[in-house]
Amino acid sequence: MGRKLLLEHINVPGINTLKVYREKGGYKALEKAIKTMSSDDLVEEVKKSGLRGRGGAGFPTGMKWSFLAKPEGVARYLVCNADESEPGTFKDRYLMTYIPHALIEGMIVSSFALGANTSYIYVRGEMMPQIRILEKAIAEAKEAGFLGKNILGSGYDLELYVQPGGGAYICGEETALLESLEGKRGNPRIKPPFPAIAGLYGCPTVVNNVESIAAIVPIINMGGDEYAKIGVGRSTGTKLISASGNINKPGVYEIELGLSVEDFIYSDDYCGGIANGKRLKAVVAGGSSVPILPANLILNLANGEKRLMSYESLSEGGFITGTMLGSGGFVVLDEDQSVVRNTWNFARFYSHESCGQCSPCREGTGWMEKVLHRLVNGKGKMSDMDLLVDVAKKIEGNTICPLGDAAAWPVASAIRHFRDEFEWYVNNPELSQKQNYGLAHYADPLPVLETVE
Amino acid sequence: MLSVTETREIIFSADLLNKMGEVVSHFPDGKQKSALLPILHDVQAEFGWVSPEAMDKVADFLEIEPIEVYEVATFYSMFFLRPQGKFVLEVCRTGPCCLVGAEKIISYIGEKLGVKEGQVTADGLFSYRGVECLAACGYAPVLQIGPEYTFYENLTTESVDQLIEELKNKN
Repeated sequence: MGRKLLLEHINVPGINTLKVYREKGGYKALEKAIKTMSSDDLVEEVKKSGLRGRGGAGFPTGMKWSFLAKPEGVARYLVCNADESEPGTFKDRYLMTYIPHALIEGMIVSSFALGANTSYIYVRGEMMPQIRILEKAIAEAKEAGFLGKNILGSGYDLELYVQPGGGAYICGEETALLESLEGKRGNPRIKPPFPAIAGLYGCPTVVNNVESIAAIVPIINMGGDEYAKIGVGRSTGTKLISASGNINKPGVYEIELGLSVEDFIYSDDYCGGIANGKRLKAVVAGGSSVPILPANLILNLANGEKRLMSYESLSEGGFITGTMLGSGGFVVLDEDQSVVRNTWNFARFYSHESCGQCSPCREGTGWMEKVLHRLVNGKGKMSDMDLLVDVAKKIEGNTICPLGDAAAWPVASAIRHFRDEFEWYVNNPELSQKQNYGLAHYADPLPVLETVE
Repeated sequence: MLSVTETREIIFSADLLNKMGEVVSHFPDGKQKSALLPILHDVQAEFGWVSPEAMDKVADFLEIEPIEVYEVATFYSMFFLRPQGKFVLEVCRTGPCCLVGAEKIISYIGEKLGVKEGQVTADGLFSYRGVECLAACGYAPVLQIGPEYTFYENLTTESVDQLIEELKNKN
């Protein structure tokens, strides 16, 4: 088992309370930050750590912080993105449920670093139990003098509030989240200006994912350089992976970046292998938005080397043979699953969640859903696959926010790697309604290179 | 979309008004519109859905135009624009849940309750609907029941039977 920084004390009874959290070293990072470090020191430490945004985009957190404009007399905001909605991802829920103070401490340290006096945690509305947990943790922190006026005698003031969303995947996009926090529809904004210049109420704002903010605590405790020693290459530190689908042990695992995918799937420390003695067919490695890969390509790179759980290794090969780490939503499909049906399901999701602002996404996601629906139901045509690829291409890159790309990639990649299964649905309209295509060649030990598009 | 109207008189209780005032205090002066989503949740918890009449009152309270409330209530999936059963079973229908049998659970709930998605049972107790990913994929299949959004995880037909029985008795 690798090193644990976020979930080290997850099994300690009462770790959700301030008292036990402090007994296990909690709020030491806050004391260190507020008593011995300046705002610039903190940003520098985070830069040194190499921490990359854990929400999915992987943008370096320290750099994002350094972009924050600091005009005189204008309020600055830190907003935590806890709108966890990417299918396959449930790590933030886990963290907030069991160690809420890790997020609260991270929020206070980060707000101090950014000079924000009011910060918000925007939690998806369905997570009402987690909202209650966070509200309780905030009250405890306030009682202990970690929040409110003159925190630990430093003269620094901070108010922290929890805000529920209304059930909209799009609000995970940072500018849609800010619109929602302003009490509006979650329509993403045109960028620039980026939130670092004009965010909440037009003021400079940083939006960070729950896990990124929680990771600030160990980074300040151990120092950015030490943190950067964990992991591999530019994938530093640890990452929470949400493992689901047809595996023996679904759940949230903290891994040191650089663990091999094979170990993650088959080791008893993690997923514990494929459930019911079945064989691996495919994996969606980073939440529903990232390209799906067949067993052979998720376990190995095109050159036969083992693929690792890191930003670089998962994206090795681009979209021809690679995928992305994304949010770390690791969805495993066994040999009995239908890739066509799963693709339709995801397409329905994006069609449902498109905000409707940009035509390519609003119309395109609906078209893809309809075409995939007829394919799944044995009513597809052989030309449908090219049609889907064509629609996906026309959405990708042509929208204000990345939801369009996120809708296009799963469809394009499923057809790229599993075209024979789609064709089988067209050629066997009746049989395909009774049985699944099965494993086919997807688990061949050697990668099958697809034609370059 | 806002074709259904309220038959009761909508009165905001002192408790509800207190909650609404508390949420407004989270935001800078003049930015009270930010309180809209939390307030709509509170209103739905009180009345079971958000009627045009209730939305007009919210608009008054926040000193914004009614359309600003309608456009938000119709955008977000959590707000009910028509009356629901007392218990709304919202079952996740997205990929990871479906890999482990969510579709079967949804159709089982439909058969068991004897209503279609979105309809209310004759006793007024239940309605159900499929919803998109609830971020609980490791505990799939899952369903939630508002207004506190209690989660029921690793669903089987047996656990659904048991849940529906418990809810009936609770009533």
